[in-house]
Amino acid sequence: MKGKKENSPRIRVKMESTEFGDLLSEDKNAGDFHQDHHHKDTFITKYIFSQDHKMIAKQYLITGVLFMGFIGIALSLLFRLQLAWPEESFAVFDIFLGKWAPEGVMDPNIYLALVTIHGTIMVFFVLTAGLSGTFSNLLIPLQIGARDMASGFLNMVSFWLFFLSSAIMIASLFVEAGPAAAGWTVYPPLSALPQAQPGSGMGMTLWLISMAIFVASSLLGSLNYIVTVINLRTKGMSLFRLPLTIWAFFVTAIIGVISFPVLLSAALLLIMDRSFGTSFFLSDIFVQGEVLHYQGGSPVLFEHLFWFLGHPEVYIVLLPALGITSEIIATNSRKPIFGYRAMVASILAIAFLSTVVWGHHMFISGMNPFLGSVFTFTTLLIAIPSAVKAFNYITTLWKGNLQFNPGMLFSIGLVSTFITGGLTGIILGDSTLDINIHDTYFVVAHFHLVMGISALYGLFAGVYHWFPKLFGRMMNKNQGYIHFWVTAISAYGVFFPMHFVGMAGLPRRYYTNTAFPYFDDLADINVIITLFALLAGAAQLVFLYNFIHSMFFGKKAEQNPWRSTTLEWTAPVEHMHGNWPGEIPHVYRWAYDYSKPGQDDDFVPQTIPIGKDEEITEH
Amino acid sequence: MIGLLTGTVLLLMGIAIWQINKIYQLIQNNLSGKKDDSQIANEKDNDIQGKLMFAFLVFIYVVTIYCFWAYSKVLLPEAASEHGVPYDRLLWISFAIILFAQTITQALLHYFAFKYRGINNRKAFFFTHDNNLELIWTVIPAIVFFILIIYGMLTWSNIMNFNDQDEDAIVIELYAQQWNWKARYAGQDNVLGDANVRFLNDFDGRNTVGIDSSDPNGWDDIVVTQEFHIPVNRKIIFKMRSQDVLHSAYMPHFRAQMNCVPGMITEFSFTPTKTTADMRMNSDVVAKVDRINKIRYDKSQELIAKGEESLDPYQFDYLLLCAKICGSSHYNMQMKIVVESEKDYNKWISSQEAFSSIMQ
Repeated sequence: MKGKKENSPRIRVKMESTEFGDLLSEDKNAGDFHQDHHHKDTFITKYIFSQDHKMIAKQYLITGVLFMGFIGIALSLLFRLQLAWPEESFAVFDIFLGKWAPEGVMDPNIYLALVTIHGTIMVFFVLTAGLSGTFSNLLIPLQIGARDMASGFLNMVSFWLFFLSSAIMIASLFVEAGPAAAGWTVYPPLSALPQAQPGSGMGMTLWLISMAIFVASSLLGSLNYIVTVINLRTKGMSLFRLPLTIWAFFVTAIIGVISFPVLLSAALLLIMDRSFGTSFFLSDIFVQGEVLHYQGGSPVLFEHLFWFLGHPEVYIVLLPALGITSEIIATNSRKPIFGYRAMVASILAIAFLSTVVWGHHMFISGMNPFLGSVFTFTTLLIAIPSAVKAFNYITTLWKGNLQFNPGMLFSIGLVSTFITGGLTGIILGDSTLDINIHDTYFVVAHFHLVMGISALYGLFAGVYHWFPKLFGRMMNKNQGYIHFWVTAISAYGVFFPMHFVGMAGLPRRYYTNTAFPYFDDLADINVIITLFALLAGAAQLVFLYNFIHSMFFGKKAEQNPWRSTTLEWTAPVEHMHGNWPGEIPHVYRWAYDYSKPGQDDDFVPQTIPIGKDEEITEH
Repeated sequence: MIGLLTGTVLLLMGIAIWQINKIYQLIQNNLSGKKDDSQIANEKDNDIQGKLMFAFLVFIYVVTIYCFWAYSKVLLPEAASEHGVPYDRLLWISFAIILFAQTITQALLHYFAFKYRGINNRKAFFFTHDNNLELIWTVIPAIVFFILIIYGMLTWSNIMNFNDQDEDAIVIELYAQQWNWKARYAGQDNVLGDANVRFLNDFDGRNTVGIDSSDPNGWDDIVVTQEFHIPVNRKIIFKMRSQDVLHSAYMPHFRAQMNCVPGMITEFSFTPTKTTADMRMNSDVVAKVDRINKIRYDKSQELIAKGEESLDPYQFDYLLLCAKICGSSHYNMQMKIVVESEKDYNKWISSQEAFSSIMQ
């Protein structure tokens, strides 16, 4: 009862002054936890409309990563087959694409739809909602020492809006004229005019509705994360004692709150242009023999609005992955993360700069060339904190005692692809060089490595590392090793050659390049890329099998399998409402006391008070 | 056939993965003497995985070297425009920096992963931060990027801030629509007549780029399709328009690209320095054309065997492509560019029909 007195009143007063105060469970933030206080869970409240952050994390993982991820990757394999063997007849096309693949030959419109939906699903559903949704939900309360999220109810609403948005996106695959096919950036007028492309009819409407709901879900989630990190830290958990995971999730949520509403406004204006005859983005259009009434709008305005979210989005995807990696590399190197404060500073710098670089997607959009110079400047600035992060990871490995658990392999893999992909950003971020490689496969190779593969590695690292926390069981490590090595080899196998395809001058989103004899000698490279892509896809089946099998039959996990310092490993393996029986643990030190001199063990959990003669090492 | 092959390959890969898994298990069980099923990496795992990390470094280097060795030949040949020369120089300087940084950082990352692979009872070095080190790797990239930014900005402003009142330049409009290109020459007066999509249906639809017939500047304008010609060593000012959706006028051999945006006119300018005939003699281009023709010959043999028509042999030409997704035939929106001597150009342009002949 003592804990309750010193911890809860302050917090509860704050909470109850908010609009949603009454939605908060009575004893959620109490220092002392009474098992008998709370109501009985039915199947529905426990597994479906759950307000428990750990269950919501699992829901995000299964819906966002396993289900949507499976579909997103499968779509990419379909269009890779077409690219390697253009206009060839495939039985899989016949089965999955039906009328869009007459006699098994893929139709150009459905090719564009596949590319579009692959991009949308991977960027938004898997790497934004799947990644942040799973790990922010799981780790924020557990690592800061909170009973649950600030608002369990909003958290639940956030997940179910995400679910609804996923369901609508999947439903759009089945509409008569096909799903949205204007590219994941849905630039108007192509996305606005059903006359310009069949996918811009009902498919595009559903795409926009789905994304509008997605933004609502993302905002509710982000606000919750921010409030929780600010208000619900346990005693002693000052900001500079937060693990880097929490810093990353926290800052990611802030970028999300700043930039996602702008995407919503772009989507709403596009809905107005499409359905209510306004001309925000359209002007002087003649299509299918007819002059349309639109006058005075500009597609460039849409590009600005889209990329005002679109670029921060890259970091919304990447920062959580980097946070997860920081944590896993430190734990498995048995060393403190090198330059903790520099890591926090670079997260903040990246977050700030990420909102002022969007124009580098638009160097040749027709905007004023002077703006191009400005955006080149800000873009190359962002490389500096990114470089600092890479060097700090490398130094963390130096003189460590590396434990190669699968999570560690994926974390090192992330640093590798982050560097490889990030470096080519120096070329794309330079307005001059962008001229000739803009919208070519060079761009595709760049962003897949730096944000796609890197963020996926962060996601996998997190799943392997926190699986014991999520399901109380261990994943099979050998299957994890196989998963990593096959994926790592095929990821480079796919994207390294792709840079050359781009520098050969081949534009992206071409259904086939056989229309240009000039590109005939790229056919072999395309076959190699597709073979590696199929191999990468097969490796994910190993993961899927390992995941599902371990969920039910994995070895039971001990409480702290990786001998980690952070708070989540002081909670019992069996999930319970409120996370800790009895008092919430207090925190006395930073999260990175690994291999500290003078200590018996090679890790000192955050809950152990500083010894009498012990040096305080947080800086 | 390919479906079957792919299926077989996937099946074999599946079996291979299963076998590797078995081998891993055998190694772990036999060498440690007892069964370790904790699913936490032990010394043996650290050893194997650490060594694999080093092998992976070798893999990255091999892939890099192989790609440069095998695929350099598919890259674009030397630039055919004036600004393309500084463009290419900046590109290769940036590449040199990237490859240097890539080689060093990947080596450190994977070598440390290999060198410090875990051993039981060894304690890691407790090293929280070092301000000097962090200063070094903040300042050095900052300086390098600063130089690149300045260099890039200067090149950019030279390319983009051209004098569009230049009397000597030829003005050409590139007109995009789903899914073809047209080029409009400004004619004798070198001024393009006003145009708008609202005039597209004039003259029974023969006003293909929507020239305003009430503007005398447009009467001598010349619209061409399929191919357009430009004289070598003359500055060309391109004005881009689109009648329906976004397109992007991409002329990779000239290092030139600009989006075509409905409702506005965008601009780009370059001076071609090599005629089509010159470029066909370029050794890289000759080699590329030979390679392509060999591929096309082999494919033709297959087609003939199936009773279909063979492919035409390929001959190099400059291209205008569309690089912005624009609908189902985005992949096939092309126009040929012919760069020739001033004399040939004048001969060609004088044989083209002016807009006034359509107006009658």
